[in-house]
Amino acid sequence: MTRAGRWVVAAAALTLPLWIPSAYHLHVAIMAGIFGVLALSLNLLLGYTGQLSLGHAAFFGIGAYTSALLTVKLEWSFWPALAAAIVLAGAAGWFVGRLSLKLRGAYFVLVTISFAGVISLVSVNWIELTNGPLGLPGVPAPGLGPWSLRGKTAYYYLVLAAVGLSYLVCRRLVRSRVGRAFVALRENEALAESIGVDVTHYLVLAAVVSAAMAGLGGSLYAHYTRFVSPEVFLFTYTVTMVIMVVAGGKGTLAGPLVGAVLFTALPEALRAATSWQWQMLAYGVLLVLLVFFMPRGIVPQITASLSGRARSDPASRVRRP
Amino acid sequence: MLAVSDLAVRFGGVTALEGVSFGVKPGSITSVIGPNGAGKTTAFNAITGYLRPTGGRVTYEGVALAGLRPSAIARRGIVRTFQKTSVFPALTVEDNVLTGLHLRGTAGVLAVLAGRRRLVAEEWTLVADAAAIIDFVGLAHRRRDAASALPYGEQRLVELAVALAARPRVLLLDEPGAGMTGVEKTVVSGLIRKVRERGVTVLLVEHDMRMVMGISDTVIVLNGGRVIAEGSPAEIQTHPDVIRAYLGASHGSV
Repeated sequence: MTRAGRWVVAAAALTLPLWIPSAYHLHVAIMAGIFGVLALSLNLLLGYTGQLSLGHAAFFGIGAYTSALLTVKLEWSFWPALAAAIVLAGAAGWFVGRLSLKLRGAYFVLVTISFAGVISLVSVNWIELTNGPLGLPGVPAPGLGPWSLRGKTAYYYLVLAAVGLSYLVCRRLVRSRVGRAFVALRENEALAESIGVDVTHYLVLAAVVSAAMAGLGGSLYAHYTRFVSPEVFLFTYTVTMVIMVVAGGKGTLAGPLVGAVLFTALPEALRAATSWQWQMLAYGVLLVLLVFFMPRGIVPQITASLSGRARSDPASRVRRP
Repeated sequence: MLAVSDLAVRFGGVTALEGVSFGVKPGSITSVIGPNGAGKTTAFNAITGYLRPTGGRVTYEGVALAGLRPSAIARRGIVRTFQKTSVFPALTVEDNVLTGLHLRGTAGVLAVLAGRRRLVAEEWTLVADAAAIIDFVGLAHRRRDAASALPYGEQRLVELAVALAARPRVLLLDEPGAGMTGVEKTVVSGLIRKVRERGVTVLLVEHDMRMVMGISDTVIVLNGGRVIAEGSPAEIQTHPDVIRAYLGASHGSV
């Protein structure tokens, strides 16, 4: 994106509560922001190290539960609970990363799915701690000094700050030696090792940062909906994140954000436009069309056609398995 | 000096290497030749940590390498290339080499996240280093092209550039001339000589005898997983065991 384009997007995001038509639309924007954090987090693994985590909802859920439990049961205030959610989710990411040290591709996917399955079962069955399927109501709204961030406008800015922070973390990482090591793992692991990239170290690192970021998203979600139940571990959340990253453009910085906004807004728009029977069908058709016409994702496709390199760059069209 | 002693690799019942011993003198170009299946690439894999040897030792300057990860061996200055072309396909030539400079960078994750100013300076140094290496292999005009978009011969040069970026003290090249045209092979031979002039020890697996005999100081011949001869190119060319291994017992069947 050009510098001017970036400023327009930033200005639009910053002034959004001023011109958005209703509180409902603001709600959609907040959800898009939370999913933006999650999509950025998944993209770090999927887009850069090339490893698909299909248990990403686990890190999201761990963040949500940590924050909720600490504030509800131990009456911590929001900020330390948020920090704990990030740390604990990051620790879970470290665990999964270590667990799958030598596992790649389908096996990495299986480990992440299993991990999410186990965590989800714990949340349902450890009733003394989590209240089981009934969930934890009464998660407090966050405050900032004397102000409460209970209102949607205030919460929007909190989420926007989190998106900004996550974006900055991703951007700094991928544009550095660390990010090059991530990509080396994705592109050619044997070659990466031969030039001294300790591949497993960087995979664990990516998993930790990615999980911590998902934990941030989980905490924000818990304090926004004010209620946490085992539903946060639903596979649907993971699938939604994957759709956002792949459709937006994996391995790009802006892609996950574009995907998050689009695929948060789309179901809402479809809900307004059609009956529920048609809603999922239309969603599916649109998704298929998008993948068909923009197989590399929205952002890479647009960047390529803008710079006119789509034809002269066969490499970017050839996808490796 | 890189020393291989009594190296053995067995895959189940198949013996790929048995009692292989040789030394690579610092600053030399040493070639390993032998018929297909002789164990050349297996030896490379065992030396560089891609394969755990069944027995024997590999030491570099007296330190044992067996059991170390390939990245740890690379950190000790022993860098290899692959028989099959091996680049980072979606990245540009420049990014390939920048990735190869991994060991030369120092940026850790915390410094990166904190956005330390010195990292900007480091990035610029790395970019300049990358440009110098790309120039060295003669791919300056390809700097911004994706590696996978390059013709085969140039991809092999990218591979060499990536390996050089890791600043090897011993460079192991697995068939750098395979599939190249005569002209390209001459270029590669010239580059290998220049690399050696910079003080890098080169260990080479190669099938092209003209190339091997032209640039090697020492030639090691493997056959059936064993060293059958070792010596200067002239000695090897007239060594009866080598002739037998390559041409069969009755000479004239080329």
